[in-house]
Amino acid sequence: MNYLENRKYIIQVIFLIVGIVFIVRLFYIQVLDSSYKQAAETNAIKPVIQYPFRGLIYDRDGQLLVQNTPVYDLMIIPKEAKQIDTLRLCELLNIPIEQAREQIKKAKAFSYVQPSIFYQKLSNQELAHVQDNLIDFPGFYINARTARGYPHQSLSHALGYIAEISPKQLEDTTFKGYRPGDYIGKSGIEQEYEKYLMGKRGVKYKMVNVRGVDKGSFKDGAYDTLSIAGENMVSTIDLDLQAYGEHLMNGAKGSIVAIEPATGEILAYISAPFYDPNLFTGKDYGKNYMALLQDPDKTMFNRPIMADRNPPGSIFKLVQALIALEDGVITPNTTFACNKSLVNCHQHPSPLDLYGAVQHSCNPWFFQAYKALINQGKSKNTFTDTSIGLKDWREQVLTFGFGQKLGIDIPGEKTGIIASPALYDKVYGQNRWKYSTIYSLSIGQGELGVTPLQMANFMAIIANKGYYVTPHIIRSIGENGKPLRENQERHYTSVKPQHFEPIIEGMAEVVRAGTARRANLAKVGITVCGKTGTAQNPQGPDHAVFVAFAPKENPKIAIAVYVEHGKWGGQSAAPIAGLMIEKYLTDTVTIKEQEKWVLSREYLNIKSN
Amino acid sequence: MAVEQKVLGGKIVKPSSRRNSRRISQHIDWLTILLYFLLVALGWMNIYAAVYSPDNVVNIFSFDINSGKQLVWIGTSVILILVLMVVDYKVYEHLAYPIYGAVILLLLFTLAVATPIAGSRSWLDLGGGVRLQPAELAKFATALAVSKFLSSVNLRQQNMKDQMILAAITFLPPAIIVLQNETGSALVFGAFILAFFREGMSPFILIVGGAAAFIFIMTLLVPKLYLIIGIFILMGLATWLDYRLMRRFKTMIALFLLVVGMIFSVDYFVNNILQPHQQNRIKALINPEADPLGFGWNVTQSKIAIGSGGFWGKGFLEGTQTKFDFVPEQSTDFIFCTIGEEHGWVGSSILIALFMLLLIRIIAVAERQKSVFGRTYGYCVASIIFFHFLVNVGMTIGLAPVVGIPLPFFSYGGSSLWSFTILLFILLAIDANRSQDLSR
Repeated sequence: MNYLENRKYIIQVIFLIVGIVFIVRLFYIQVLDSSYKQAAETNAIKPVIQYPFRGLIYDRDGQLLVQNTPVYDLMIIPKEAKQIDTLRLCELLNIPIEQAREQIKKAKAFSYVQPSIFYQKLSNQELAHVQDNLIDFPGFYINARTARGYPHQSLSHALGYIAEISPKQLEDTTFKGYRPGDYIGKSGIEQEYEKYLMGKRGVKYKMVNVRGVDKGSFKDGAYDTLSIAGENMVSTIDLDLQAYGEHLMNGAKGSIVAIEPATGEILAYISAPFYDPNLFTGKDYGKNYMALLQDPDKTMFNRPIMADRNPPGSIFKLVQALIALEDGVITPNTTFACNKSLVNCHQHPSPLDLYGAVQHSCNPWFFQAYKALINQGKSKNTFTDTSIGLKDWREQVLTFGFGQKLGIDIPGEKTGIIASPALYDKVYGQNRWKYSTIYSLSIGQGELGVTPLQMANFMAIIANKGYYVTPHIIRSIGENGKPLRENQERHYTSVKPQHFEPIIEGMAEVVRAGTARRANLAKVGITVCGKTGTAQNPQGPDHAVFVAFAPKENPKIAIAVYVEHGKWGGQSAAPIAGLMIEKYLTDTVTIKEQEKWVLSREYLNIKSN
Repeated sequence: MAVEQKVLGGKIVKPSSRRNSRRISQHIDWLTILLYFLLVALGWMNIYAAVYSPDNVVNIFSFDINSGKQLVWIGTSVILILVLMVVDYKVYEHLAYPIYGAVILLLLFTLAVATPIAGSRSWLDLGGGVRLQPAELAKFATALAVSKFLSSVNLRQQNMKDQMILAAITFLPPAIIVLQNETGSALVFGAFILAFFREGMSPFILIVGGAAAFIFIMTLLVPKLYLIIGIFILMGLATWLDYRLMRRFKTMIALFLLVVGMIFSVDYFVNNILQPHQQNRIKALINPEADPLGFGWNVTQSKIAIGSGGFWGKGFLEGTQTKFDFVPEQSTDFIFCTIGEEHGWVGSSILIALFMLLLIRIIAVAERQKSVFGRTYGYCVASIIFFHFLVNVGMTIGLAPVVGIPLPFFSYGGSSLWSFTILLFILLAIDANRSQDLSR
């Protein structure tokens, strides 16, 4: 039997091997492998995002444009909501019992122990009703959050809107850090300044048990970060002017852009038809959005920066005159006869000098001036000479900000079109086109496309006698309110300041005794300089354009008014501009007959020729 | 009898009850008792930690929670210990069969009357919220019967009939327990093999058993074809290198075919015969990540809890995984997770060391018995504790399938604590009186 005694060692060795294997295995999973620690954290520690308040937006005088309004949701925790009087709850909320049952079912399907929304966005009245009776409904509570609110219903296109981030954006690395369900600026200022407005999100670490029930903060909040509210913004918009412009454009289609010439600050930004921005904050966001998107008047189309397909018409004669003066092919005293065989014109005195030509918008005058500008005899070949002339001309036109994005701080800006030799080469072939092919450019028709913003910016250039500051709608970001540096730079045109004088004189005549007498503010002592235009529209009545700045001596406002199907600038667009200028400069409106005329919309009924 | 009472330490000792108890206290194995109370106390603290809820702190002594209830079980265990020590140690040997018979009847009775709890018909309701699991009592009863049988004077180990009787004694209780749907507790009886091995069972069975277990696990882990090729190469190499095996060439081929047959039958057994929940436990062992929310949940969560403990642990009552119910059965079968999470590798290793110490001490105690009965019983005790330790700790760290058996002295539960207390202290009672026994 003695040999069996040795077996006690074998058995003890088996025991010890198991013990050692366990200790080694434990060393591996507890000390060497850190993945279990991470798994434990994701298990029991849930980060809860603390959403910051989105930045507010004020107008230039400190009036609130965009605010955060509190929204109250009625929440339910199904596990605690037992034996409640569903019928009474429905009476309090004034909802059918089926809806309540459906919501409870949905909440249970989501989780028994975690809260779900039972009723979204209680009205103040509903809130008052429910809150007083909440004690009778265990498992229900009110959750407050904030949504965007607009006290003035104005400036919809420029402000833009926020909505839940799209799945496509979530995949985009530029939107790193966003989660499904987060709100993000989708257009306008909300999109452009998203990173400032959104603020900084905070995180609270909460401990949860296996069923996801909140078990208090992790390490007493040692790792929590507070959310930091988004930066408040000061806009350049004059809310009173903006609202007045919307009042004038209500029912019409088109744009108004008003700029302070010295700073490039946008005073009014109207795209008509417009909509109440509050439509995009409520329960029916999706429905409202689709309705606007499909609307035949293209309400969602951001006209001031996107409508770049239409030629500017006669207002472009000013550009031609300025470049011709700069190139020395004309002087202010150059006269041309109103030769209607060249291009059609209306009845006015003839021959005219530059002042008269601007005042009466004489087409043959500009035909001849532009011919002198394009065909300067730089080449003996007419075709080559035209090509060179157009190329040189184009370079100068671009310095006015045409044919390119101005860089406004509203997303979606279009470039517009400025005719180029390449364009005609493509259509007609190289050396197969000459001035007779392109002459309509002289009067602002043909291969030209200008946005209303570019038109207003052009007026700012004339008011500044040769430069512009990038138009912008946000003056400053944050509490300190310092102007944004990138908005300070002056962009000079190719034309020297002295050449602007005769143009300005001519424009003053346009308003005093020319095509835009409806914009005349002489009786309140303001000299308005302007120019009317008509953009030919093959699809229907022509579009009316009027651009202006005032006062002539010390310009404070440059404005472009574009009225779709408004036929003549003098009839429809000019009075709107006059009213806007008076409103902005004097804060009152004395030319009531013009206001009445504009609001009557009679100009839309005038027969087009 | 008179002889053995005569001389002890040079003094003449007369048999009186007072003297008798003094002699017991002199011979009692205090180290084992120390280890026992250490484990029970640590277990009690960890039960409290497992049920502790930071937002509803309940006193450790409160009877509303498991730690308070466990205190009652500990108290009654102390009474049990006193009774076991005072009772004449010969009773265990003399009444081994009657005790065994009584427990078998109790098991059958339970099977007949028990109301199923989670599919298991192993609980006997004693009224007043107290429940007893007779399967726990079957362990010490079987250990007694096995020891008694092996110490029979006229036993012949090579006798086929005796072997059959021994097998019947050993495997009757687990057969009933399997019928009660407590497969985990039934598996424990396999541990008696270690005791048999010590008493002369051919090592062949142990080796065959080990090899079978090895092939069983490998079948689950490795694709069948690779496994067969691997075994073919190994066996071929061994045969080629060892002339003795070469001479038994045909036997080797038969053995190889046997192994291949076993591989296929294991595959068939696991996929076609085992019940789905048993299949899942085996799958969870092999690859818990395959379904971490389903069958892999227990293993995954328990490994996370233990793994997150790190070197020093998170501190007493600081564990998040056990506290917030990520680990199931925290105070009973998965109690080791609490140690792992809150006391880290250091705490876990100390606990494992304590168990090693206890097991080796029990072996030492068994070896110093003069009677075969005492020695065999000692080995039975060590084997049962070892099996529980092996499977319980093994399953929490992903080295053993999830089998619902408690960690001895540590897990919450009266039946389990009583059962292990009785098991261990019968041995200590026998041991304390070992000098009165004659070697056979």
